[in-house]
Amino acid sequence: MEIITSTQLEDLSKGFSGRILLRKEIPLDKPTFQHFLEHQYLIPQQSIINKVFTHQCLRCGNEKKSLFAKIPCSICNGIHLYCRKCIQMGRVTECEPLYTWGGPPPNWPTYEQPCSWDGTLTQGQQQASNHMVQAIRNGEKEYLIWAVCGAGKTEMIFPAITETLQQGKRICIATPRADVVRELYPRLQKAFEEVPVQALYGGSETKDASAQLIIATTHQLLRFQHAFDVIIIDEIDAFPFNKDPSLPFSANRAKKQDSTMIYLTATPRKDHQRRIMKQSLPHTFVPVRFHGHPLPIPTTRICFSLKKDLDEYRFPKAFYKWLSKRENSKRQLLIFVPTIKLAEKMKDSLASILKKENIISSEKMLTSVHAEDIDREEKVIQFRQKKITVMVTTTILERGVTFPSVDVAIIDAGHVVFDEAALVQIAGRAGRSADDPNGEVIFFHDGKTEAMERAIASINKMNKRGGFET
Amino acid sequence: MNCAWCDTEIILQLSWANLMMLEKAEILCPECKFDLEWIQGNRCDRCSRNTNEKRCTDCQWWEKQKENGSFLFNYSIFSYNPFMKEVIAKWKYRGDYYLGYIFENYVMEAFREKFSFLKKEGLVVPIPLSEERLLERGFNQAKMIADFLPLETKELLTRLHGEKQSKKSRKERILTGSPFFITETINKPVLLVDDIYTTGTTLRHAARLLMEHGCPSVYALTLVRG
Repeated sequence: MEIITSTQLEDLSKGFSGRILLRKEIPLDKPTFQHFLEHQYLIPQQSIINKVFTHQCLRCGNEKKSLFAKIPCSICNGIHLYCRKCIQMGRVTECEPLYTWGGPPPNWPTYEQPCSWDGTLTQGQQQASNHMVQAIRNGEKEYLIWAVCGAGKTEMIFPAITETLQQGKRICIATPRADVVRELYPRLQKAFEEVPVQALYGGSETKDASAQLIIATTHQLLRFQHAFDVIIIDEIDAFPFNKDPSLPFSANRAKKQDSTMIYLTATPRKDHQRRIMKQSLPHTFVPVRFHGHPLPIPTTRICFSLKKDLDEYRFPKAFYKWLSKRENSKRQLLIFVPTIKLAEKMKDSLASILKKENIISSEKMLTSVHAEDIDREEKVIQFRQKKITVMVTTTILERGVTFPSVDVAIIDAGHVVFDEAALVQIAGRAGRSADDPNGEVIFFHDGKTEAMERAIASINKMNKRGGFET
Repeated sequence: MNCAWCDTEIILQLSWANLMMLEKAEILCPECKFDLEWIQGNRCDRCSRNTNEKRCTDCQWWEKQKENGSFLFNYSIFSYNPFMKEVIAKWKYRGDYYLGYIFENYVMEAFREKFSFLKKEGLVVPIPLSEERLLERGFNQAKMIADFLPLETKELLTRLHGEKQSKKSRKERILTGSPFFITETINKPVLLVDDIYTTGTTLRHAARLLMEHGCPSVYALTLVRG
């Protein structure tokens, strides 16, 4: 066992402080690990505790009885409880502790001018980002930014990141979707050239989390405890963050005692809206897109034989009619359908008509994408590069992804997967660039739902608040 | 009761069989059970692969090699469809031990139908993991299946640590030597148990070793035919 130098110890403290890890996630050999335990650089803590009528996994917070099971232990020959909830991240068993850092706290550097982004913010963006910076300075617990789709949220958070780094503090940008992490990571690297940035998501190259600036999926927060001075949670209203209780649990634990949580959303859920109304959650509303144009308002088209068409994986007649009369046929086309099966099957019936309408020249320019598609990253890139013109998709592309010039069609917009938030988000895919700030958004349906009406009303309301006549 | 795979609540259809506790309750909901794919129709009487011939070309080739000592036949229950791949990955590699119970009823049923003649004196031998792998995973999936059967389970074989079978190519699998060891002689018929049959090499190695140590006949029961 070699003696650890103070620089090594500093590196280790950066890598381990704020983490909550299983033994197999700690890349130390046996003697070093033992040494760390003896010196209390690493502190074991119980991983699963008993609760009344149930248990709790202290990594993911799971308390659901059906998500615990027992396993015979090959080490001590006993039978142990393990957590089935977070097993994708490595099994937490009651006989194995979780480890946290007990050594000296890391010294994060302070940066004078960490931000190398030289763009300018719009008035709306500037106001929101000033409020974020103020919230961090004043040490406010929570702050919510309600910004319409296309307001330019990413740029808005740059000053908040800058402020944190200038104070020598640690910050995490967390988002529910790995696609978004992959998209934001290079943008952050470019905007903060001098600062090491790490991206964490399931299957990411690095599992190491020793950077001061981290971008991660909300799932990755399960491996953090009291780590960050500032956490910015993007798309706070998005699935799975709003459905999986372990994600708010871990986000809450990942922050330090004195810290600021900033929520970003274009479509706040009821609980946040209620807190905004009651003024118990400070917030800023950004009603205008960065290019200063209003949000495209969806129009609705009724299709009487929709169910029958879908049973036979056909597009409704009204869709074809619209297809031949689009305002600007140069735009790419995003077609949302409610299920994976429809995405795969309906694509095939589309090719010949798209060719006839001269929208595509070969079948290669048409594709479908969904959550279980292994090529989905590649397809999204190709769509962005305009190698693909028409994409049939499930709700996985409802948010987080930006394409400059698209028309959006939703087939069976009355389906339950298209709730109000989803419809607003999907409509927000259109008109994203300053060069083409408009885009058509059409809901094809066989009976208007409340979600559709509320979505349209809320888009109108946001435009009104942005000072546009409707 | 919640589904072992998707955790939605299972609404139990009351029947005389479950009322009298004659069978163990299903732990998969009907939707997830629907995704399991039983091997159906004609299959090779030697290796359980779906084929219209009585014996598949692979097995015919193996017979021509005139190598002595292999298992008499293998019976597999499921095909390795995408759903099964996900279940096996979570069960075996992620270590969600509980998922193994999904197969309990089906393994017992297959045993009753195909191997009940072994009931008198047969032994069940699970394909072992190396000690290192066992420590890493915490359990041996083949042993879990073996323990469902109404025969004595004996862990006769030990295994040398090597690369995972699933990381090797077909050719590598067939060409590598046997990783197994045995310390006893044995004079009873053996039913070898494993989770997946891919090329059959693992089972052939184990069967040959057992027969070299006095075992009169070897059969194999595998959950999945890859």
